[in-house]
Amino acid sequence: MTVESTAARKTTRRSSGTKRTASASTSTTKKTSTRAEADAVEPELVQLLTPEGERVQHPDYDIDLSAEELRGLYRDMVLTRRFDAEATSLQRQGELGLWASLLGQEAAQIGSGRALRDDDYVFPTYREHGVAWVRGVDPTNLLGMFRGVNHGGWDPSTNNFHLYTIVLGSQTLHATGYAMGIAKDGADSAVLAYFGDGASSQGDVNESFVFSAVYNAPVVFFCQNNQWAISEPTEKQTRVPLYQRARGFGFPGVRVDGNDVLACLAVTRSALERARRGEGPTLIEAFTYRMAAHTTSDDPTKYRRDEEREAWEAKDPIQRLKAYMENEGHADAAFFEELEAESEALGKQVREVVRAMPVPEHMAIFDHTYADGHALVDEERAEFAAYQASFANGEAE
Amino acid sequence: MAVQKLPLAKALNESLRKALETDPKVLIMGLDVGKLGGVFRITEGLQKDFGEDRVVDTPLAESGIVGTAIGLALRGYRPVVEIQFDGFVFPAYDQIVTQLAKIRARSLGTVKMPVVIRIPYGGGIGAVEHHSESPESLFAHVAGLKVVTPANSSDAYWMLQQAIQSDDPVIFFEPKRRYWDKGEVDTEAFPGELHKARVAREGTDLTLVAYGPMVKTCLEVAEAAAEEGKSIEVVDLRSISPLDFDTIQASVEKTRRLVVVHEAPVFFGSGAEIAARITERCFYHLEAPVLRVGGYHAPYPPARLEEEYLPGLDRVLDAVDRSLAY
Repeated sequence: MTVESTAARKTTRRSSGTKRTASASTSTTKKTSTRAEADAVEPELVQLLTPEGERVQHPDYDIDLSAEELRGLYRDMVLTRRFDAEATSLQRQGELGLWASLLGQEAAQIGSGRALRDDDYVFPTYREHGVAWVRGVDPTNLLGMFRGVNHGGWDPSTNNFHLYTIVLGSQTLHATGYAMGIAKDGADSAVLAYFGDGASSQGDVNESFVFSAVYNAPVVFFCQNNQWAISEPTEKQTRVPLYQRARGFGFPGVRVDGNDVLACLAVTRSALERARRGEGPTLIEAFTYRMAAHTTSDDPTKYRRDEEREAWEAKDPIQRLKAYMENEGHADAAFFEELEAESEALGKQVREVVRAMPVPEHMAIFDHTYADGHALVDEERAEFAAYQASFANGEAE
Repeated sequence: MAVQKLPLAKALNESLRKALETDPKVLIMGLDVGKLGGVFRITEGLQKDFGEDRVVDTPLAESGIVGTAIGLALRGYRPVVEIQFDGFVFPAYDQIVTQLAKIRARSLGTVKMPVVIRIPYGGGIGAVEHHSESPESLFAHVAGLKVVTPANSSDAYWMLQQAIQSDDPVIFFEPKRRYWDKGEVDTEAFPGELHKARVAREGTDLTLVAYGPMVKTCLEVAEAAAEEGKSIEVVDLRSISPLDFDTIQASVEKTRRLVVVHEAPVFFGSGAEIAARITERCFYHLEAPVLRVGGYHAPYPPARLEEEYLPGLDRVLDAVDRSLAY
């Protein structure tokens, strides 16, 4: 399949808002037609808010939010985007070694994250800055690993938000195990595990599906299909829509418009409630798009076309909610102005905190490797301390 | 009665039983650990007595077993995971190395990882491929893991409970060819430190360092050498990471000669680490270079050849003679 045909299909979907059809694909290869046939029977995305900001109904998922709640979701998305933009700038200025932008995925993260209860537990990958935000994690804590001063650095139990996991899919098993523990404890909380379309190919993700189904674990798998695993399109990960995989493992899968914050909230809330009722896991595929590079080290111009990005820009999650709120009178100009000021303040604060992040003491290399101590670590720590001290003595002379 | 004579396998079973009784957060997980009691019957009868919630039969997926154990540990449990055979641990190696070993450090010490991974290891039982390997160095090399192996029933009983009580992840290697060897277990005696080596036999002419299945072999070597008038000291390491170099050093300063014996390939094996450090520590005491006896840099051979591959009485005695000839 060519990149052009991928873009064409997505454009067709957006403009028609209907099921994908075989004719939407311009390619005539056998592989493509097989996928088009599979897509032809695929149900629509769960969507509650169109790209134009019109509220639509869905028979299985509905949501009734107050104006204040809508403003809250909007605020979350705007501030998360601002934070992300600041981090990207900081990387460009050499303050961060790397950044993984969430641009375009704000609705998927804020919508799913706002479905959580405080006693639920989240297992993120390394791009869940919006989910961290709604969990109350200080966003500047997320930057330590990207600045190179730690490998995580927060206590996961403070906000029930696990450390970022870089090896793809590993955390889905941790999430499943944690959920098995919840069930053993007889508690009614649930676990939300994030991963991407690339990670869906990993064995660990598939093993987590097996374990969670077998033990009926209260875990919701939230796959943000942002269409690209660095340079590899979703087509290189799967021959069937990802959400359909759940059926083979024995639990429901649903595809949601990942750029629709209301739909992401409604679908995740429903799946978490199902898990709490003891009905086991759900796979949610949030169909979205990574507007920026995979990380700041990546160059998307080498593997995808501007037209594709432009097509997704028209589905922007923040603009669509803004249009809806303005049309319905849920927010006035003052709200948007105040939020703009708040955004700028957040950006400034992030910048200041990052620049002030101290390089850890040399001896921190040895800290926290073991809980009970380790003779070799003790020995090497002492050697290293003596070595460092030898410089200090030299300077003093 | 506090003192019993038990096969090593039964001592492990009693140890797990004790751990399950003592701490409600202890869980046993793995393939076939429930009704079957494990392929070596180490968990026999435990599911019957403690239920399916405490002794958990898992799907056939090693990464899944270890990965979910990590999640359970995050929830406050203390999972004891059984990997059926040494060669089957590798699907879980990623979870062990990239996750289990590092979560504590990544959380700046706020998260504990009290997971024990039990692995029956080593050869000598006539098994097929992937059932006889000694991968301990691959784990000892990873910071954040602890690696231990008992050589007798008493250590099997006590070391496993100590491993379970540790807030660090412990890779617990069980010498499968010694499962059926009987030894005394005092279930009330105060146990020694988990990571302290033990002088299993005193001697004055040469030190043999071994662990796990090779301790018995080395004791037999010392016995045979004694008939030739040679006095061999045998040190049972018990713990590979951390490794008790002080006990080895004290022994070598006395005997002035050292031979390290293990089943794993010699190349980049634990014997290399011991030889290097003891050479550093005891350079002026040594009368001979530190020698190593172990497996070859070849895939573990078919069962009919394993007696040639594994260090046996004659190969170790030969190394003893070479050392004494310097």
